[in-house]
Amino acid sequence: MAALTDTTSRQADTAPARKAPSRAAARNRGGAAGGRRARKSPVLTIVMIVLVLYSLIPLIWLIVNATKSQPDLYSTFGLWFGKDFNLFQNIADTFTYRDGIFVQWLGNTLLYVVVGAGGATLLATVAGYGMAKFDFPGKRAVFAVVLGAIAVPGTALAVPTFLLFSQVGLTNTPWAVILPSLISPFGFYLIWTYTVEAVPTELLEAARMDGSGEFRTFFTISLRLLAPGIVTVALFAIVATWNNYFLPLIMLSDPTLYPLTVGLSQWSAQATGVGAQPIFNLVITGSLITIIPIVAAFLVLQRYWQSGLAAGSVKQ
Amino acid sequence: MTTTSISRLTRRTRRDWRGWAFVAPFMIVFAAMIIAPVVYALYLSVFRQQLIGGNEFVGLGNYVALLQDAKFWESLGRVALFLVVQVPIMLALSLVAALALDSARLHGAGFFRIALFLPYAVPGVVAALIWGFIYGDQFGLTASVNHLLGTALAPLTSQWVLGSIGNVVTWEFMGYNMLIFYASLRVIPGELYEAAEIDGAGAFRTVFSIKLPAIRGALVIATIFSIIGSFQLFNEPNLLKQLAPNAITSYFTPNMYAYNLSFAGQQFNYAATVAIVMGVVTAVIAYVVQLRGSRKELR
Repeated sequence: MAALTDTTSRQADTAPARKAPSRAAARNRGGAAGGRRARKSPVLTIVMIVLVLYSLIPLIWLIVNATKSQPDLYSTFGLWFGKDFNLFQNIADTFTYRDGIFVQWLGNTLLYVVVGAGGATLLATVAGYGMAKFDFPGKRAVFAVVLGAIAVPGTALAVPTFLLFSQVGLTNTPWAVILPSLISPFGFYLIWTYTVEAVPTELLEAARMDGSGEFRTFFTISLRLLAPGIVTVALFAIVATWNNYFLPLIMLSDPTLYPLTVGLSQWSAQATGVGAQPIFNLVITGSLITIIPIVAAFLVLQRYWQSGLAAGSVKQ
Repeated sequence: MTTTSISRLTRRTRRDWRGWAFVAPFMIVFAAMIIAPVVYALYLSVFRQQLIGGNEFVGLGNYVALLQDAKFWESLGRVALFLVVQVPIMLALSLVAALALDSARLHGAGFFRIALFLPYAVPGVVAALIWGFIYGDQFGLTASVNHLLGTALAPLTSQWVLGSIGNVVTWEFMGYNMLIFYASLRVIPGELYEAAEIDGAGAFRTVFSIKLPAIRGALVIATIFSIIGSFQLFNEPNLLKQLAPNAITSYFTPNMYAYNLSFAGQQFNYAATVAIVMGVVTAVIAYVVQLRGSRKELR
């Protein structure tokens, strides 16, 4: 991660006076660009419209087809509504199919997200802050080891983690999904780099003078300054656990422990496999229900995570 | 002013253990969830389960066997091909979109930014399901297009399926990479643009001489993450396998191979070997890319 230190020093060279997090700088730049009053380009706009169509058509397809009954799915055009508007019936069917197993999956997903992503955010925030504001023996080793772990991809670890967990009897329990989600090296980095810019050391020094303990300072002063960074880390941890598929797929054999992703893929397999039971309308409606909370979270928290991501990514 | 900088200097050099109170919880879980599985996988990879005699130490035997395993090489070759084709296309699209957003020449830039990013919020499983339906010939859009235009597109045949998976992955991550690029474009100091303008540099010249060099760090990071993603390909092919069981084998990607070895074949030692070799391959390639990327930065 030589790039990390490189960019940091370059940043310091070009803007020695800049103390606020880079989002403030970004806003200034936006203002400057506006000041240049660039002409609007129709060609660029058309290119972007094509890319937006590419991004949105599958989602539109999902919404349109969630309103169709099983026969309409086969007999009507994919990007337009069917003869019956079946959305509410589909939703009701999705929630009640097989004694409401979908509700169970939804609850499991929420449990894994709240404990897993919440824990990951907490651990990453506290540790990233510690890396940014303290000098301690072994800091270099921590840096090197966590850095190395970024190159070791999560999915490569999944099979060994499964084997390890089966030795200690943790497979097929909620812990098997939650424990591995507790580590977010990305969050660790983002908070580390974000703290360097967002929490002035002078402020911590002043708090120390006033006799505030390190943890009290952290919880009363620093946490507030870190809020956009924390929201970003939390959001990406939530997405990672909400969307987690490989890990629960190998860890869990009991369908009542499944998260939505594994459950939906089971339904889909059931609809296409041998002795197929066509429940495509439920797979489609279930998929739509699965993505709505995440999309909503991104839209609502836009302001926070975009600034947090900006501050984090320039450092990388 | 002088006193504060002196006190900062002395504070900088003072090391103590307070920092560990913050870092220790993360590191304990890290050791249990990342380091322990790696060590355990290394341990497993030097043993072999025998029908008679139980667990036998075989040294590097599993590794030797893996290097002679045609299925492994085929899966590795496939993800390498995927990497060489899909990653450049996706990153180029992301870069074009990010530059367009940054150019301040777009109508409704805010809408474009969020609309392109939305697919990232869709779980890989759901993305694969949606695209699987679209690719399908039962009620998919492909069937409609073929019907309308008289074409014979067949995205789920063994000839096209890798490209179809590439399309799903591109769809999922294009907007995410765009945001990474866009975020680092936004912090390029305005003075650089003014200087370029004074020198009479056009829009394209500005892109190649100022913008791209300035976001090299972000380009390197995005490339590394995309490489990791390609080598770890699992969700999309594993889900599309339901629709295209003949086109997608049980060893389509190294990860699928490791998965099927452990859960269909009970060959845990061999599966651990695959996981370790893939981890090493990924780490080496990511390291080389990072090294090259930052060396260029120094020039």
